[in-house]
Amino acid sequence: MNLNDLPCGQRATIVAIHAEESLHQRLQALGFRTGQMLEVIRKAPFAGPIQVRLGTTDIVLRLREAANIRVCRA
Amino acid sequence: MKRIALLGMPNTGKSTLFNRITGGTARVGNWPGITVELLTGKILLGDKMVEVIDLPGFYDLHGFSEDEQIVRHFLRDNVPDLALVVLNATQIERQMSLLLQLKALNLNVVVLLNMADEAKQFGITIDTRKMSALLEMPVFLLSGKYGTGYPEAMQAVSNALRYPTPGMAEELRHQLEQDEHLEAEMARVLKQTVQVPARLPEHLSDKLDRVLLHPVWGLPIFFLVMYVLFQGIFLLGQPLQGGIATAFSWLRETWLEPALAGWHPAWQGLLLDGVYNGLATVMAFVPIIVLFFLFMASVEDSGYLSRAAFLMDALMARLGLDGRGFVMLLMGFGCNVPALMGTRVMRSRAMRLLTMLVIPFSLCSARLQVFVFMTAALFRPETAPLVLFSLYVFSFAAAILTAVLFRKRFDSHEPFVLELPPYRFPTLRQLVMRGWLEVRHFLQRATQFIVAGVVLVWLLTHVPFSAQPASADTLAGMIGNALHPLFEPIGITPALTIALIFGFVAKEIVIGSLAVIYGLSGNELGGLLAQQLDPVRAYSFMLFTLIYTPCLSAIATLRSESHSRGFTVFSLAWSLVLAWGVSFVFYQGARALGY
Repeated sequence: MNLNDLPCGQRATIVAIHAEESLHQRLQALGFRTGQMLEVIRKAPFAGPIQVRLGTTDIVLRLREAANIRVCRA
Repeated sequence: MKRIALLGMPNTGKSTLFNRITGGTARVGNWPGITVELLTGKILLGDKMVEVIDLPGFYDLHGFSEDEQIVRHFLRDNVPDLALVVLNATQIERQMSLLLQLKALNLNVVVLLNMADEAKQFGITIDTRKMSALLEMPVFLLSGKYGTGYPEAMQAVSNALRYPTPGMAEELRHQLEQDEHLEAEMARVLKQTVQVPARLPEHLSDKLDRVLLHPVWGLPIFFLVMYVLFQGIFLLGQPLQGGIATAFSWLRETWLEPALAGWHPAWQGLLLDGVYNGLATVMAFVPIIVLFFLFMASVEDSGYLSRAAFLMDALMARLGLDGRGFVMLLMGFGCNVPALMGTRVMRSRAMRLLTMLVIPFSLCSARLQVFVFMTAALFRPETAPLVLFSLYVFSFAAAILTAVLFRKRFDSHEPFVLELPPYRFPTLRQLVMRGWLEVRHFLQRATQFIVAGVVLVWLLTHVPFSAQPASADTLAGMIGNALHPLFEPIGITPALTIALIFGFVAKEIVIGSLAVIYGLSGNELGGLLAQQLDPVRAYSFMLFTLIYTPCLSAIATLRSESHSRGFTVFSLAWSLVLAWGVSFVFYQGARALGY
């Protein structure tokens, strides 16, 4: 499943990141790496962005970007 | 002079640290290889003057965002004698990649692990001595906010500067393409030196977020906070603004007017009504600007701005903007100038330009003064607030229409991926420094521009000197009459046209200029306006005033922030066209309906 489908409070592991070069690098720099554990903290109203916690960092990203990240439920 | 480049990711407290290092003496400067201006400060370190440059926060030395390219180009064309790398100690596991990338460039590096205070709260321990040994570079834990660890770090910087730069690789990219090696080394250093608890203790931020980012109450709370903020700014700002205006007129009456008494009346008029009043107009803006930056800096530094962007992004995305754009639009309701400056947080140029195109439609406090005066003079007390409210609706509508129309032209492919920092209490020192820097920047830029504009308007309304000032025989009067065919279809009289020319400089002087034109002030002026104008004409004039242009300071800011004359002209032309169109539809429509 992809990160955009992950429910709130669910912990998961990143399996793969399918994004074009610049977004891939950006995500990687923010801590999105294969094997990294993450947790969806909350979702904004009106299908807005989601808040994801990776280690000590909280990241906000739109569902469109989250759809590029394949995850596996922990 | 030796050069120190301050490097680091966003949200590492780098700028706070920069302010602490330079003590607020920084200036903006241009550098070879890059087109944006960077903040630069000269400080005495040991017994030598050194130059410290604050580079934009960036995530990746071989990334493709604007900031990442700026840093790369800067390093290529201005090899620093020392790279002072600031890392966020609470995020050390992922920020170390940047450090190793910089180390691979063979630069002279001193590492500052900032936010030691927060790391301590998280229970993260870092063995800096061992890390120094493994990385073969000095590493210091410090707190830029409280200043702990700062003296030791600066001593190390001073020591490191004694040695020459080891050498800079010719092929920057080539040297950097060693990701796998970097990752292995990163893991090795981290494993031996950093201990992060398996599950972080619940932070205060989580508790606050549960309220402030509540799915239902999050947005209402946000609007309430913004409302209180604006109320606060104007409650505090207006008396200060009045105080400065009084001080300037006192200075004029007791000192300047007697001093210039023997001069030719034309010179007196030009210097006093032109230059001096222009300066006074600029200075009157200062309290509002200071308060704005103090308030906005607290909101921004506290981490709430990122939360607001999170809450509003879904709606703004449909307009081709993003969550941060909404916050800037709201700031514009106070004053467009700081709002335009605030768009600097945006990384994508296209989105930044679209946001800057939209901000001038925000009904700022200066325009509000005009509208309050006109509505009070021309409408019944029970309808006046409704009229005012409708102007706010038009302001939002103009912004939304503009965004929708031009979102394709300023299409940004930049993904919306933001870091959500924990909530932080900004320190007073941080706020004061920030406010001071922004005000100086504003004054430097706006002064010349406004003075020139005011002088021009003064000349227009006084040349030829034989004519009655601001009458039909002056240049402004001739322009007013010449523009009459253009303004008649939207119901604006020649006298009001002259006021609009004044309004181009600053909306604060629109009412004042009407007072000069009619030779009346206060209630008498209101009474005369009510006789000369009917509500339809007045409303058309207000619509035009709302949309046609912000003021000279805003245009100057637009120019300096966009670095593009073409964009500035385009923004101005579009708002003029839109203003005329809206007023035309309103005026002719109302007349056709028999009003």
